[in-house]
Amino acid sequence: MNHSSDQSGRLPAAFLRPGSSSFTEFVREYSPDVLPAARPLPAGALPGGGPGAGEAPHATTIVAIVFAGGVVMAGDRRATAGPVIAQRDITKVFQTDEHSCAGIAGVAGLAVEMIRLFQVELEHFEKLEGTLMSFEGKANRLSTMIRGNLGLAMQGLAVVPLFAGYDLHAGRGRIVGYDVTGGRSEERDHHTVGSGSIFARGALKKLYRPGMDEAQTVRVALEALWDAADDDSATGGPDLLRRIWPVVGVVTAAGFRKVPDAELEPVVEAVVAGRRGNPGGNPGITGQEA
Amino acid sequence: MSVPFYVSPEQLMKDKADYARKGIARGRAVVVVACADGIVFASENPSRALHKISEIYDRVAFAAVGKYNEFENLRVAGVRYADVRGYSYDRSDVTARGLANAYAQTLGAIFTTESKPYEVEIVVAEVGRDPETDQVYRLTYDGSVADEHGFVAMGGSAEQITAKLRERWEPGLSLAAALQLAVEALGSDAAAEAAGQGPRPIAADQLEVAVLDRSRERRTFRRLTGPVLAGLLAPVG
Repeated sequence: MNHSSDQSGRLPAAFLRPGSSSFTEFVREYSPDVLPAARPLPAGALPGGGPGAGEAPHATTIVAIVFAGGVVMAGDRRATAGPVIAQRDITKVFQTDEHSCAGIAGVAGLAVEMIRLFQVELEHFEKLEGTLMSFEGKANRLSTMIRGNLGLAMQGLAVVPLFAGYDLHAGRGRIVGYDVTGGRSEERDHHTVGSGSIFARGALKKLYRPGMDEAQTVRVALEALWDAADDDSATGGPDLLRRIWPVVGVVTAAGFRKVPDAELEPVVEAVVAGRRGNPGGNPGITGQEA
Repeated sequence: MSVPFYVSPEQLMKDKADYARKGIARGRAVVVVACADGIVFASENPSRALHKISEIYDRVAFAAVGKYNEFENLRVAGVRYADVRGYSYDRSDVTARGLANAYAQTLGAIFTTESKPYEVEIVVAEVGRDPETDQVYRLTYDGSVADEHGFVAMGGSAEQITAKLRERWEPGLSLAAALQLAVEALGSDAAAEAAGQGPRPIAADQLEVAVLDRSRERRTFRRLTGPVLAGLLAPVG
């Protein structure tokens, strides 16, 4: 390993060589051991002992919804290791640059590392090129990273992110979904990933309305997460005892904004109140909007 | 057999230094001014694509004068240094001091070993939580480092511009005041002095301006262009 400088303190020759604007490509040549994909995986299973001990913590449900001004992404806060709750306040929705965010499902440790590398990748390109990477470019970079993890995915350590952002050229919010092989597909209106995604998707189909504003979209995202938490044991609902709310990010032309807890709390309370005595909630068919 | 002429080491170094200094003095100046809201960088540069001022990392920026290909090379190396370091350690472990050291060693080695020295002068600045913790390092073609306080001017007419800054700079300036001072100083170059009619006005579209904004979280660097820049340059009242 030859980080940052050689014996004389000079910048290493590799730093001064003209080359790629990709951080990953640069590091793969210069110091491959810091990249996640460089580590070979030995055969065998993780050591056991106690409930959940043989499992890597998994992250679960993410929802993303396009609205008039951009896109909203929300994720619950639970990570599970087998039947055990590994973490109650994990963050699964990350800002990746000024106009995009990513949510993670799958093996939490690998996914968080992938997003961290993705963030540096986007920032590095932006600084070297002096311009923002296109939305398509970002989505493709993430696709390449997921494909790089295919070996681990085949052994059960899959990572499936959800990418969303504001496309400055097209002037609208966009969502890109992935599969474990890195295959990507643009999703219209809304998309969900993770173990609770089927329940969240059902809820979104009933609650989504074209032309919703930001506040309505945040409310719909929280309703969908509630439905996922209601039926999927690996998805956590809002934790009213510990005051842990879902992480909600909003991307518009003005950039990424994480909705602060103080703003989220009344919305969560309204979701809970709306379901008291009526656990399915109100999809708005009776004329009352969600 | 021909015997090479003997050139004393003093003469050799002096020739290289003169050569580098001449190259640097030919270009337009860059000024760096610390203020209450952060650190302001300004340069007269009509190009929108070829920058003299750039972001290195969250709180660190880079400004340079001299030969474009040479300082661009150093800038790219600095971004790589910062991103590799920040990725393998933590974002808070990337400092201007570390980068300034690496630049100093690099420039020093090039100056002594290569036949042609780099014709560049650079500033590496880091904005702190308060003005007392700001760090501004100025590096010259031979790898010497100076720890500057308050303001720096480099490039063509650096002497005249520094004199103006020394006369007018004070701690605790606002962003607008610091920027107006920077532009006035850039206009007080040798040509303006020769004309004897005070500082030369510089239009907003001829300026490259950026700030390390103390109030921002994470990435503090932002370029000031268009209406924002025009608003800051407009006289108050």
